Amino acid sequence: MGNNKKHLSGAKSIEQSSTPVLQYSNTPDLPKVRRTPSRFRNAIGKYRLRRDKACVACGKCAEVCSYGVHVKRNNKMAKPKDYLCIGPKCNKCVEECPENALSMENNPLTEVIGDKRWTPDLLISSWYMAETGEVPPGDIEYKIGDSGGGFDRIRFHYAKKPSRKLDVSKFSTKLSLNRRGDNRADVEIGIPVYGGGMSYGSISLKVMVARARAWNAWNSFTCTGEGGYPEELYPYDNHVITQVATGLFGVREETIQRVRIVEFKYAQGAKPGLGGHLLGDKVTAEVAKMREAVPGSSLFSPFPFHSVYSVEDHKKHIDWIKEMNPKALVSVKVSTPTDVDMVAVGSYYAGAHIVHLDGSYGGTGAAPEIAKKNIAMPIEYAIVKVHNFLKQEGIRDKITVIASGGIRTAYDVAKAIALGADGVVIGTSEMVALECIRCTNCESGRGCARGIATTDPELTGLLDVDWATQRLINLFAAWRIQLIEILQRLGMRDIKELVGRTDCLRHLDYEGSGVGV
Amino acid sequence: MPKKYHIHTEPASPRFTPIGKSTILDWEGGCLRCFKCVKRKCIYGAYNERTFDVTQLTDTIDTICKNCLMCVQSCPGQVITKIINPEYKLLGDSYWTPDIIARQWDQAETGSIPVSGAGYAGPFSGPGFDDMWTDMSEIVRPTRDGIHGREYINTSVSLGRKLSALKFDNKGNPVLEAPKNIEIPLPMIFGELPFGSLSKDVYLAMAEAAMELNTLIEVPAEAWDTHLEPYARHVIPVLSAEQIETHDHLIETAQVVEIQDSDESDAVLKKLKKKHPDTLVMIKTALDENSRERVEALADAGADIIHVHADRNGNVHGEKKTRFIKDVVRGVHNHLVNTGIRDNITIVASGGIAMAEHVAKAVICGADAVAVDIPLLLALECRMCLRCEKGLACPVEIENVHPNWGRTRIMNLIGAWRNQILEVLGAMGIREIKRLRGEVGRAMFFKDLEAQTFGQLFGTRVGTRKEGI
Repeated sequence: MGNNKKHLSGAKSIEQSSTPVLQYSNTPDLPKVRRTPSRFRNAIGKYRLRRDKACVACGKCAEVCSYGVHVKRNNKMAKPKDYLCIGPKCNKCVEECPENALSMENNPLTEVIGDKRWTPDLLISSWYMAETGEVPPGDIEYKIGDSGGGFDRIRFHYAKKPSRKLDVSKFSTKLSLNRRGDNRADVEIGIPVYGGGMSYGSISLKVMVARARAWNAWNSFTCTGEGGYPEELYPYDNHVITQVATGLFGVREETIQRVRIVEFKYAQGAKPGLGGHLLGDKVTAEVAKMREAVPGSSLFSPFPFHSVYSVEDHKKHIDWIKEMNPKALVSVKVSTPTDVDMVAVGSYYAGAHIVHLDGSYGGTGAAPEIAKKNIAMPIEYAIVKVHNFLKQEGIRDKITVIASGGIRTAYDVAKAIALGADGVVIGTSEMVALECIRCTNCESGRGCARGIATTDPELTGLLDVDWATQRLINLFAAWRIQLIEILQRLGMRDIKELVGRTDCLRHLDYEGSGVGV
Repeated sequence: MPKKYHIHTEPASPRFTPIGKSTILDWEGGCLRCFKCVKRKCIYGAYNERTFDVTQLTDTIDTICKNCLMCVQSCPGQVITKIINPEYKLLGDSYWTPDIIARQWDQAETGSIPVSGAGYAGPFSGPGFDDMWTDMSEIVRPTRDGIHGREYINTSVSLGRKLSALKFDNKGNPVLEAPKNIEIPLPMIFGELPFGSLSKDVYLAMAEAAMELNTLIEVPAEAWDTHLEPYARHVIPVLSAEQIETHDHLIETAQVVEIQDSDESDAVLKKLKKKHPDTLVMIKTALDENSRERVEALADAGADIIHVHADRNGNVHGEKKTRFIKDVVRGVHNHLVNTGIRDNITIVASGGIAMAEHVAKAVICGADAVAVDIPLLLALECRMCLRCEKGLACPVEIENVHPNWGRTRIMNLIGAWRNQILEVLGAMGIREIKRLRGEVGRAMFFKDLEAQTFGQLFGTRVGTRKEGI
């Protein structure tokens, strides 16, 4: 194993070492972070604190805690906000309590929530970021999941130590989406991330509006998905991508003309080749109106586009949109089959500005489990294949490559970019910021019990638009800071410098060096 | 166009409360007696519908609760929480995981394919069947839409030998001696059960299901009973070399007979072919290092079908290393292709077929069909506690199943499996499962994808290593 040691010695300081906690003031031109706590009385954290009857409300715990867990109010101790607690590494309140009234344990709920891809730590850390706009302190793992492959086994190999005086204003996270050099206007986004398609019907109108506002604030985009373009989104037209998918639900000339980006959805990573299916229960009167369908009856998005059976047909489609909206950029969303690299090249020659690869572990409101697990390849492979093939073909700098399907954290974003994507699309992370707990029952009965993925009037009432908007703004703020920290440690100033820089990455399960592609 | 094959399913509730993944803990102490208790707000009505099953001593809430944790997070007194059900964790083993077992129970109950929201939640890849993905094609495929359903995808396979070439007489007329083939509408037969509290009624339930599905079921000669007479055409009697002398009647009525492979297989084949020319002979042989040669020899000796099997977890034990069934079958298939005799025989594979995806993956790796065994027991609520192997009582009294209920549960499971197979076939752009056999080009393997991408970037894969080595 001597060799391993040598190989990774430089990488020892890799990202797993703790990053110093920095306080960043809000830069004036960026959206403001505002503390936005959980909607629920009992927020879930990694640790649980109990205060027993011996407590005399002396306030010692509040005095020693740096994390705001203990609050003394009206001569009484409030219920500890233990979701903010950083655990046994601190333990000050427990040790210093004169009455021994406090005890700490791992929160047993962490056994129940989460999974291999979204570990309890990732859920809890995302909730923390959505509340505070900052990276969680303590030992919460907020960078990787536990899937045992792909992003979860890849680490950055940094050139520099974390800076204690980071001047955020010196870094750029902007991304231009039009690289074709055609006569269409460029569209620049503030962070190399935008929101994935989630249709009206699969999520509530409130969530749609909150997403639009949050992405608007970050000068990026949300996407309507395939389910129509609700009027409530009109104020955010410049930050909305509208989707043309196989069912053509809610697609009208007028909607296509509203926007700066139109997205063709050929396939969805979670259920590639299967089409979509909105269960009858979710087709309320409003949803049906938007989709020009009948309330209560299930709606199928077929597969594939019944008008596209060749790359020529595909070009015809893109020409059609370009003709209808002479300003818009065209994005082509595809899944990740074995020939995904060919598909990307084909999309370029058909006239697309953006090729959006949706990997097989991506999110969904409902999909057969056999499809989610088995069909098509994980995004990590697809990015590398596409990036390299576009380079070989000499057109890499003419098309924007966007990756999605399993991007959970800011580190996933950075890794996807370093592997060869220009930017990413997210979805599930946004839902988690709104306190999705990944119970996976989005599709059953009245829909999401937490009021996110539902159109049930009572359940949608569980969520407030302002609250949701701010939670999303905060999450993106926390991500942006992390991206900047990564850039700083790699000696870069602009996120564009990171594209395809696989030399900055190490894979824990490999040794030696690659031959390059 | 022939009538479309369709599997009828209908809900069939479990007889015993299934073991849930997690369990609600709520206690009285600390309850604030709120006027509007969070329990009343449960959107699944879990607290209203819960009952206590006095015979099994279980609370039914665990099967109703869907883990939204709204009550846990909203209760002002914090007197509700959820914990993992320790009994659930103990189900099965490392291969037949609790999740696999519980999924099969659900499918047997509902006949529906498992559908859920959010992305895939499992590991990136894994051993066995989990180191491959199936492909999809972006635009060309059997189409599907909401009005006309989907273009018909054929899942039937034929069992038996096929001609490798046409022969002609002196006058140039074709001399056709087409070997007998049996067409079954699914790439699945029911395999011999490796354990279980097996009663006449269990076999009856399975045989009824096999008949309704128009597939076949392996029944050991010892388990044969006159009850099964009406299903004889769908029964594959499993016989030893000696038993063929004494079971003429069974062999005569069956379409296929299975013989355990032995040194005498050649002689047995000759004898059977002579005496019962209309019955196909399936030789069951354990996979090992010499499987390529053995299968080739059996094909040459005239076997119609070769049933290759691994252990119940899909492992093939060699002297040096253990390999997985799909990899070994792939080797056997390729060997037969290279020797030009692949189509002379049918290969049925078994061992470790635990989910619908395993059927498709086994076929991709070269099997014509699979034999499903343990999942049939799971359909009957088996908990894989293996008490039966120790002679202890079955906790779900499988021996007491009502044949009709058992048949429905099995048909539900197989119906759900077939629909899942249709999903992956559709995505792959394949309209006939016969064309999927050995079609590794419609799959992607972990090893290959890693080599094509990370291998180029990061050097040599050395296996999973700990952080910071």
